[in-house]
Amino acid sequence: MTETTTAPHVLPRFLSAGDTAFVVEFGETVDPVVNRRVMQLGEAARAAGIPGLVDLVPTFRSLLIHYDPLVTSRATVEASLRGLLSDSDSEVREGRLWEFPTLYGNEFGPDLEEVAKRTGLTPERVVELHAGTEYKVYMMGFMPGLAYLGIIPKELELPRRSEPRVRVPAGSVSIAINLTNVYSDESPGGWHLLGRTPVRLFDLHRDPPILLAAGDRVRFRSVAKDVYDELAERVRTGDTSFHPVEAGAMA
Amino acid sequence: MSVLRVVSAGFAPTLQDFGRPQVQNLGVPPSGALDATALRIANALVGNPSDTATIELRVMGPTLEVASDAVRVALVGTSAALEILGERRVEAPPHQSIRLTRGRRFRIGGLSDTGVAYLAIEGGFAIEPVYDSLSTYVRARIGGVEGRALRDGDALPLRLEQAEERAERRCADQSWRRENGPIRVIPGPQDDYFTTDSLEAFFSGEYTVTREADRMGMRLDGPILQHSRGHDIVSDGIVTGAIQVPGNGRPIVLLADHQTTGGYPKLGAVISADVPRLGRMKPGDALRFAAVSVEQAEAARRALEDRTARVIERFGSAEPWLDEDALYGRNLVSGIVGSTESVL
Repeated sequence: MTETTTAPHVLPRFLSAGDTAFVVEFGETVDPVVNRRVMQLGEAARAAGIPGLVDLVPTFRSLLIHYDPLVTSRATVEASLRGLLSDSDSEVREGRLWEFPTLYGNEFGPDLEEVAKRTGLTPERVVELHAGTEYKVYMMGFMPGLAYLGIIPKELELPRRSEPRVRVPAGSVSIAINLTNVYSDESPGGWHLLGRTPVRLFDLHRDPPILLAAGDRVRFRSVAKDVYDELAERVRTGDTSFHPVEAGAMA
Repeated sequence: MSVLRVVSAGFAPTLQDFGRPQVQNLGVPPSGALDATALRIANALVGNPSDTATIELRVMGPTLEVASDAVRVALVGTSAALEILGERRVEAPPHQSIRLTRGRRFRIGGLSDTGVAYLAIEGGFAIEPVYDSLSTYVRARIGGVEGRALRDGDALPLRLEQAEERAERRCADQSWRRENGPIRVIPGPQDDYFTTDSLEAFFSGEYTVTREADRMGMRLDGPILQHSRGHDIVSDGIVTGAIQVPGNGRPIVLLADHQTTGGYPKLGAVISADVPRLGRMKPGDALRFAAVSVEQAEAARRALEDRTARVIERFGSAEPWLDEDALYGRNLVSGIVGSTESVL
């Protein structure tokens, strides 16, 4: 991921991605204004019920529109989307609000001390800043159920670790550049691990398996070890249910 | 319960149907058959709806045992035979349906002529779908049998209690497997991240499929491509067939198990009509690329679907395989030689 200073496009660019999808690109950076326009178009397209749409994949700065070329065509879908751009000043629906209980530091957040050192803050202040901000799901990707959340307080910004870990446990709450995430499954990873939540973001035994979606809002709540352990035990014994604290205005 | 037993799995076969392309927005790869054309034909041979999950075979097929009264199977996408084991070892040709009765073991050997082949089973599997699909995505343990490739000793539950006797079908037309000509590509979304010389080299040069090829993608050997604007982009969405080029300039064609988003520039995307051809390729195969327009690609896709439908319409009938062991076994009891019930 590069950090460039490219301004958002005045008009979105329509870019080819084969004959089953195309991209509507609003910019080339991680930027709240750009992402907001992505979400607006995504919602409008979903609501419009365009025939032949297979999926809409919002990313930081673009919307990938998957369509079935046997049902419709690029020209038809593109025309529909261009028609929706005009009223993209429409409100973005308020996404669901999730609050993840998180145990910060120690073996659950092995990078907390280092992040504090490198940012010139105390570990307590790092936690306060990280848990004191409401984030938005800018996009889902990398692996099932993984959400890229932004944007973290400026004071916490750090490049990714120079040596990625081979194995990061599921539930790890981490930061890199101007983003934060929760590892939805065990994975290699180069982000800085601040803590861990017992909540499973991806669990095939739950319906639906994946909790978050682009546009949702997320908060982290710092909890003590005994609270974490109790929740972790509940999850371990099979109760992986978890609900948003606010339902949001679902489309 | 009706079961197909995996005596020996071979090279990590997986269950695959048309995948789950509708949940890419949640970060779930689409998965599904690498060769959707072969999947359709295999399912049609045994009388299944085209999106029924089949066993996708790569490199080396399995040995299976019928643990139900009768199953009907069809092997599609390879010239390898379906070897029926027993007192007399018989080779049944591929591309036709065949009914096998309880206790019968059969084996599919090495797949030297293709990257992928399919074994369809009439009725499909009695397995709960994940996001509406049985397709296996091993990395996240989604779908199939416990989210993994088949292994020795697995018992695959079947939907059909027993495959009825009926005329068998044969697909004589094999032209769909032998399409040649360049692999067609629509440039974009980041073709402007490459030098003009590199784009020209990509579309005029020859590439080879390397050993780094799996269901996620295949790395190609050939002309190295130069980025003109760096090789990192802010992540955007990925489609099956996307040609992404990391910093080393070596293109990777992404296949069904690709991640849904990524941060490397994508030079173009292989058109959907040619994605099944990619699936059939194996390490060492050579390929060339040609640029086409979206309209040409859409027409090519419709043509592929029409051609596949015609291949299916023109199925002929196949001689039922005469299970001599079973026949003689039954005759010992009934005393009737050549009873029509046994033959048909």
